[in-house]
Amino acid sequence: MKKYIVNFIIYTFLIILAVIILFPFIWMLSTALKPAEELFSLPARIIPKHFAFENFKIAWSSAPFSRFFINSLIVALSATFITLIFSSLAGFAFAKYNFKGKEFLFICFLATLMIPFQVILIPNFIILAKLKPTCAEAFGIFLIRQYLYSIPNELMESARIDGCSELRIYWKIILPLMSPVLAVITIFSFMWRWNDFIWPLIVIDQEKMFTLQLGLARFKGEYFVEWSHIMAMGILSIIPILLIFIFCQKYFVQGISLTGSK
Amino acid sequence: MKKNNLIAYLFIAPSLIIFLLFMWLPLIFTFFISFYDWKITGNPEFLGFKNYFQIFKDGLFFIALKNTLIYTLGVVPVGLLLSFFLAIILNKNLKGKIIFRSVYFFPAVVSYVVVSLAWQWMYGTDFGIINSLISMFSASPVNWLSNPKTAMLAIIIMSIWKNLGYNMVIFLAGLQGIPEFTYEAAKIDGVNSWQKLIKITLPLMKPTILFVVIIAMINSFKVFDQVFIMTGGGPGYSSMVLVHYIYRMAFQFSKMGYACAVGIIFFLIILIFTLFQFKFFKLEEIH
Repeated sequence: MKKYIVNFIIYTFLIILAVIILFPFIWMLSTALKPAEELFSLPARIIPKHFAFENFKIAWSSAPFSRFFINSLIVALSATFITLIFSSLAGFAFAKYNFKGKEFLFICFLATLMIPFQVILIPNFIILAKLKPTCAEAFGIFLIRQYLYSIPNELMESARIDGCSELRIYWKIILPLMSPVLAVITIFSFMWRWNDFIWPLIVIDQEKMFTLQLGLARFKGEYFVEWSHIMAMGILSIIPILLIFIFCQKYFVQGISLTGSK
Repeated sequence: MKKNNLIAYLFIAPSLIIFLLFMWLPLIFTFFISFYDWKITGNPEFLGFKNYFQIFKDGLFFIALKNTLIYTLGVVPVGLLLSFFLAIILNKNLKGKIIFRSVYFFPAVVSYVVVSLAWQWMYGTDFGIINSLISMFSASPVNWLSNPKTAMLAIIIMSIWKNLGYNMVIFLAGLQGIPEFTYEAAKIDGVNSWQKLIKITLPLMKPTILFVVIIAMINSFKVFDQVFIMTGGGPGYSSMVLVHYIYRMAFQFSKMGYACAVGIIFFLIILIFTLFQFKFFKLEEIH
């Protein structure tokens, strides 16, 4: 009996908390679906009397959001791709080769974790202006190195005996073996770039180069008239992340556990 | 073997170039600029330590520092206690725990821009849903974001909400690393759940807890997005934080040298936290 009461309390708590956690998103959706005259009507309703689906269309066309969406996709995908290639190469080298200065070089990478991006913002802004230095992440190199330690060297040795070149070993043997860890890096890298705000805020001055986050923030006052349109656009901007979240959830948890527990 | 040596360098080279170019060089550059007066256009003028002296004379810097500390003290203890509590509950064998975990984690994957906009709308004084709820209990409405007394509190509440699930997942990973048999032994000895928590879980979780505390502190020192969007640092300077201060100095007043000097101080603060972290988690552990 006591167990049932305890369970009841726990579930009540968990459900109330889940509602609190999800409420801002529910409220976004509710606002996005309300016609203008219902926005400020009291008492506030969660389910609108009339659904205004056209809000999504109006919001999307009230600023060059198609353009912003594509910009964000290009930034996130290209940066992720470069991160994957570069960090898998470096992580592989650190895990499976012995060379002079290995320790020192690794510390050089490791130590960059200590440099807050906000500190190097200004020089990056001055030197690079339009270039995108968004591929520098020590996180990926780490994960890959850790992961490759568990893979036996014999695999590579036998490939070498068969006359396989080092690049071919990387491409044909190591890369496929790394796929679980690459999945984690892909997801995190994509999410970080998609959600990034401060860097685009500083570097981008031309409207046609805006990312989605920047478009949303900048045009809060300029383009949108209604909160319902802001919320509609907010919801649309979450969709790519939401899809990844739903389909690749186990990698999210793995990624945090891998970086988090060390 | 010599050949392999060369190949290893080639494999590392692309990352190394990027790291040197975009991390190390800018850091050195920040350090150099911090000794100059530079407005991007025109020639930089050498000032020595003047920028640094200036910082300590600027009341605004201390306001920003104080606000950042308030934010950290608001977000870290409360947020982490809640996350830890949740992790303990969701580590039990409950039906549907996976669903609860995903729900709690979800805000962590959405951008600060979007959630800040959502919360800004909810915090609205006259038509915000939060004040509507408050008025249901016949309390008077709060000017959440437009009152200097509550603006920071509003940002803190929102940030706790956003990071709850993220920290929970790290704690869960730590809890799952505790071997089952330690609890089984305790069970035989007739230990109750409270003692179990204090005597077994907490000591074994110490490394994870320390890790999360330090990471959470570093992250809260870097707070920017939600402040920029929800209050712009205001009203007055009541919610202006360090990164926002750097941003204003550099990109609104074009005081690049001064902003870099603040950046270096900011870097030193973060460095201290990070060194603590390394001290606790020894470099070898990462190797």
